[in-house]
Amino acid sequence: MLELALFYIFGTIAVVSAILVITQHNVVHSAIFLAGTLLSVAGIFLALNAEFLAGVQVIVYVGGILVLFVFVIMLIAVERSTFERQFNRQWKIALITSAILIGELVYVVYQGRDTFVLAEPAVPLVQGAAGNSQQVGMGLYTTYLLPFEIASILLLVAIVGAVVLAKKKTQTE
Amino acid sequence: MNIPVVNLGAILPAIMLSLFGIAIMVAEPFVSDAKKSWLGWLAIAGTIAAMLALAPMSRQAGQWYTNLWIVDSYSIFFHFLFILIAAITILTSMNFLQREGIHHTEYYALLLFATVGMMMMAGSNELIMVFLGLEILSIATYVLAGFRRTDLKSNESAMKYFLLGSFSSAFFLYGVALIFGATGSTNLIVIADSLRSGDPQTSLVSLAAALMLIGLCFKVAVAPFHVWAPDVYEGAPTPVTGFMSVGPKAAGFAVLLRIFMTAFPTLEDRWTSVFWIVAALTMLIGNVIALVQPNIKRMLAYSSIAHAGYIAVAVAAGSEHGVSAVLFYTLAYSVTNLGAFAVVTMLSRSEDKLVNLNDYAGLASKRPGLAAVLSLFMLSLAGVPGTAGFAGKFFIFKAAVQSGLIWLAVIGVITTVVSFYYYLYVIVQMYMRDPNEEFADVRTTGPLKLALAITIAGTLYLGILPTRFLDWTVSAAVNALR
Repeated sequence: MLELALFYIFGTIAVVSAILVITQHNVVHSAIFLAGTLLSVAGIFLALNAEFLAGVQVIVYVGGILVLFVFVIMLIAVERSTFERQFNRQWKIALITSAILIGELVYVVYQGRDTFVLAEPAVPLVQGAAGNSQQVGMGLYTTYLLPFEIASILLLVAIVGAVVLAKKKTQTE
Repeated sequence: MNIPVVNLGAILPAIMLSLFGIAIMVAEPFVSDAKKSWLGWLAIAGTIAAMLALAPMSRQAGQWYTNLWIVDSYSIFFHFLFILIAAITILTSMNFLQREGIHHTEYYALLLFATVGMMMMAGSNELIMVFLGLEILSIATYVLAGFRRTDLKSNESAMKYFLLGSFSSAFFLYGVALIFGATGSTNLIVIADSLRSGDPQTSLVSLAAALMLIGLCFKVAVAPFHVWAPDVYEGAPTPVTGFMSVGPKAAGFAVLLRIFMTAFPTLEDRWTSVFWIVAALTMLIGNVIALVQPNIKRMLAYSSIAHAGYIAVAVAAGSEHGVSAVLFYTLAYSVTNLGAFAVVTMLSRSEDKLVNLNDYAGLASKRPGLAAVLSLFMLSLAGVPGTAGFAGKFFIFKAAVQSGLIWLAVIGVITTVVSFYYYLYVIVQMYMRDPNEEFADVRTTGPLKLALAITIAGTLYLGILPTRFLDWTVSAAVNALR
């Protein structure tokens, strides 16, 4: 019962702040509401006994990516960006199509709810121990060894790509 | 704790390409500016090493790494195709990079890593692996599309591809999440088993399959998910356009077939009709809009959409014939289209000048050899007997008729006839118009000659003696349908 209540509380905060992220004109406000969304998703993970995921969510998204956003906002002129014309003139069509898509998704998920296996929240192997971090680590190094290694290529590609696109102009260009 | 068997032989081609990709970046500071093109030859050496590594890989048939990775003649075929595509693209790029002042190092490295991503897509038996491969391929291609950093069109191309590409990846991932919720696994074979044994409530599974289908249809650029393709293809550096029009397409179809044949055979009647509509729409839209394109890169972009439509016909046909036709057609189309882009690269000037169709006027009187080669590729794309394109289309329409998709085959044949107009228009321009360009500074250099030799040989060989490769694709199809 408590889990259900927590889910609805965190879920509502997440959805409402996600909407506020995209409707605010001031980027600083958007960034703060984004933090609200990310933290409440971390709360949902925590309610499902996925401590590792909740921790990663807070450290990587809130601690890393969001702080980076705030730094970038500090470096650009915020005052000017609030007056800039936003190109979202097709928002009415977009709203209608997304409403249809959401309607479809809700209908289908409602129809198929009996087959949807809602896994039981994971129980820590040893009560009071490091929680499910150990299970995640075991999974990564045994069953999912190959994807774990392949992810390194993905990161390398992303780093090289970012450097290529962002580095200074050279003489030949 | 059970540590899985680490079988390096089963992923040897991917390891080779990764190692050479890293080696190129490490070697860069030690190579003087004048000799930067050596890095291209290093990349070629990587593709040769990967090609040789296919032999030990093919001896490791079976499932590896706790059933995540599968080695059969289907995945070997696609590994071969991807390495071939990478090698031809590198050969085409070498002079282009020099001319445009583009950095060699990262270009070749990203190209090799993109190929690794494609291999991961085709050889995996697990949706998480497919997603990782898809992202490696996509991120590398977003950057490659924007490699001419000072050019606005190239920037637009990269930005558009990035935004729409991340959207489609999100669709795919949402589908994976739903199928995990509905069946409790992301392994294709486990999904198929649980769908066979479970109760027939299929709406959720259909939704998951539909979301994955949307994500992959975007990557292969079939209607109605094709709108990004022309702008992205036009703005990207020409050799990259060639790569994008064949590589991600082949990888996308490889994954589509693998997922739908292995995991969702129970839903076959549903997705066959979806592919019917997609194929018909794509062939019509691609071929009709290609008629009015003044720019040859845009024309080839719409033509590549149309060709994805023909491949979708074979996917709709299903069965052993359909799958083998998909494999054969991707090979035939890749070879031909890469050849066409090699010629376009050779004739274009810096800043993407001379890529309009009327710039090709009178090419035959100035450079008869090049005109003849480009004509061969255009005839093969159109599907004239004796070329790879004809053999490919023949097998596709044969598979469609055998599966009872008569009307789809009829639409295919009619749109093929329409396509003759814009392919032959290039030939008319080259042979029957007076030249307004001198084409004096067009030089055919070693790497480009090699690329043209491979693509010409491939186009003619697949067109005249298709049986050897057809046998290979049939055995691969039997493996995939197991």
